[in-house]
Amino acid sequence: MAATSMGTRRPHRDVRQWLTAAAFLAPAMIGFAVFYFRPTVLGFYNSFTDKELLRPESDWVGLENYREMISDDVFWNALWVTGYYVLVNIGVQTICAIGIAWVLDRLSGSRVMRTLVMTPYLMSNVVVALLFLWILDFRLGVMNAFLDTIGLNPQPWLSSKEWAIPSIALINVWRHMGYTALLLFAGLQTIPKDVKEAALIDGCGEIQRFIRVTLPLLRPVLAVVLVITIIGSFQIFDTVDVTTEGGPVNASRVIYLYIFDQAFARRNFGYASAMSVALFLILAVVTIVQMRLLRANESDLA
Amino acid sequence: MRGKTPALFAVAALALAACGGDDDNGSAGGAATADAETGSTATATADAGGDTAAPAGDAVALTYALWDANQLPAYEACATAFNAANPGVSVTVQQQGWDDYWNAITTGFVSGTAPDVFTNHLARYPEFAETEQILPLNEWIERDAVDTTVYFPGLVDLWARPDGNQYGLPKDWDTIAIVANQQMLADAGIDPATLADLTWNPQDGGTFEEAIAALSVDVNGVRGNEAGFDAANVATYGFGLVNTGGGNGQTEWSWLAVANGWNFMDEPYWGTSFNYADPKFVETIDWIKGAIDKGFAPPFEVFSATGHNDLFKAGQTATTSLGSWEIGDVLAAEFETAFFPTPVGPTGQRASMFNGLADSISASSEHPEQAWEWVKFLASVDCQNLVAETAVVFPAIPEAADRVKAVRAEQGVDVSAFTVHVEEGTTFTFPIADFAADRDAIMNPAMEAVFTGSDTGSTIADANAEVNALFE
Repeated sequence: MAATSMGTRRPHRDVRQWLTAAAFLAPAMIGFAVFYFRPTVLGFYNSFTDKELLRPESDWVGLENYREMISDDVFWNALWVTGYYVLVNIGVQTICAIGIAWVLDRLSGSRVMRTLVMTPYLMSNVVVALLFLWILDFRLGVMNAFLDTIGLNPQPWLSSKEWAIPSIALINVWRHMGYTALLLFAGLQTIPKDVKEAALIDGCGEIQRFIRVTLPLLRPVLAVVLVITIIGSFQIFDTVDVTTEGGPVNASRVIYLYIFDQAFARRNFGYASAMSVALFLILAVVTIVQMRLLRANESDLA
Repeated sequence: MRGKTPALFAVAALALAACGGDDDNGSAGGAATADAETGSTATATADAGGDTAAPAGDAVALTYALWDANQLPAYEACATAFNAANPGVSVTVQQQGWDDYWNAITTGFVSGTAPDVFTNHLARYPEFAETEQILPLNEWIERDAVDTTVYFPGLVDLWARPDGNQYGLPKDWDTIAIVANQQMLADAGIDPATLADLTWNPQDGGTFEEAIAALSVDVNGVRGNEAGFDAANVATYGFGLVNTGGGNGQTEWSWLAVANGWNFMDEPYWGTSFNYADPKFVETIDWIKGAIDKGFAPPFEVFSATGHNDLFKAGQTATTSLGSWEIGDVLAAEFETAFFPTPVGPTGQRASMFNGLADSISASSEHPEQAWEWVKFLASVDCQNLVAETAVVFPAIPEAADRVKAVRAEQGVDVSAFTVHVEEGTTFTFPIADFAADRDAIMNPAMEAVFTGSDTGSTIADANAEVNALFE
């Protein structure tokens, strides 16, 4: 008797559990399907067509867009420019953020300090870009006025091929480093005090302790933070659009600006989709390599 | 963390890459970068007057879009008058800065939410017409017997495709002139009255170059026409170059190149071959680069970063070329200004681009009849007289344009430097042709390269070949 009742009840309970789970998952899954999955599939499809904005019909052109892409100098230039931007942006930002996180962790993690560190992040990208556009103006900006008073030559921060990308990268370091520092600070807080104390007792100096103990234990958090910030960094668009619009010539024409320009100004939607697919593949590879290299799913604490 | 993270981040990477920069780091959408260009995205409604006449529920709601914030009050006045006269229709005026404006129009076409009527530009309407996003007005013009001869000669033709379809009725026009800082003219010993007779040529720059040399002052107070002038440390440039000019050079170089006998294309309208590689164009650009090297005009680092009117108002330049739509902007300077016409070139004539705007009806409009009534009103003397009172632009109907001159004269401002081109017939038309966006994408970087050290002749020749290949 008992066995049969168990037998009938269990599938019943399973179904109910499934329904409950489905009900909870549905909003996220529907959102994912409609706003992420469908556009992704459509993007892949469009990359094989000659689809144009404002023109309803389009034809299958096979790999034509990809062939065009491989012989497009502006595309390759855009990739290099974006890579250069990511290198400067992530390099400087990560070092600064680790420094800030370390200071926050060592000195005080007071709420006031944490809030102060966050403030640049609270401003919109466009506002920050506009602000620095004025600060870095060649003739009328305060930056060059300041350089002038301390006896240095004014620099064309946003209007020379040499400075455009470093300037834009540093503008975004200024905005994002506090936020990144807070993520790392949270990571530092998870490192058990006894490990640090053990190092202290063993006669480890402050800097040695940071390099030999703290940093290796921070690795999983650092890996995750790097993946997020690098993907975010690859998506640089608005700061460039506001400050240099890709110039001088193509010196700051990052890949998203070029994709946007092809899709919405020149209406070559198929070609822009092909470049997006290429970028997707690059980011996927970068992410996988990074996760492997930094062994993000293993913690040395375990 | 363990084990699950790679899968999670693979999904995140996919999502982030797929949506093309639509996360918080990059907004590819239309309006998100709105504030960049204009500092504000004003959306104004202008149905205050119309509300009393029209019960809100019954009136057909029309949206009308424009990009110039300075013109917003003028067209709000027109909308108020129109709404009062047409109780069944309620027009709302929207304004967005130039870049966002076109993004919003384009995405509006895709989603079917474009404004019913919008201010169109000669650089943009050919592709909208070609893709059938805007309606031809011919049948309506014929049916209502609209007199298209009331406008300045040539303006109506700008809005007709080669197939005869008319895509807009003229609302205004603009020409180019030069503004000077009166105090700096006096300091340089230049009589403002002589500026109207300046001549220019690409070899020695004529009396125009003499004037801008005299107006240039280095950090030691030495003038550009004096010995010992330090071209590398200039405090005030004699001539404020607007920008590189891309493929149109409307305010930048078109008035010099055409006065040198150059033509943009093989045809005045709808050409299929551009002439950028022509020596007459190349030598014009080389003269400008020479003036930069001599310290008479700001280098690329300066003019590409700061707006030419801002440099002028900040006293960094003594003169700058400008379009008639910018008159109000430079009048806001804290010193006395004077306008003078562009110099006479080797052709024996001055030259100015004659550009004009018109209003087009979106093909997606649900109320094309009412939209047409509004377009007709915008192109009528009633609305253009209202616009004239604000004096921000020259209306397309001569009577209203004269009113602008009168309004400016009452303010003590002489704008004849702009109108002289129309009176003496020294205008040339905006280079209307297909592939405007592709031409921009080729010519903008090419002209930037030219002004940042690349060889003028070969760079322009390469770009020219690329442009002409579009039409093959």
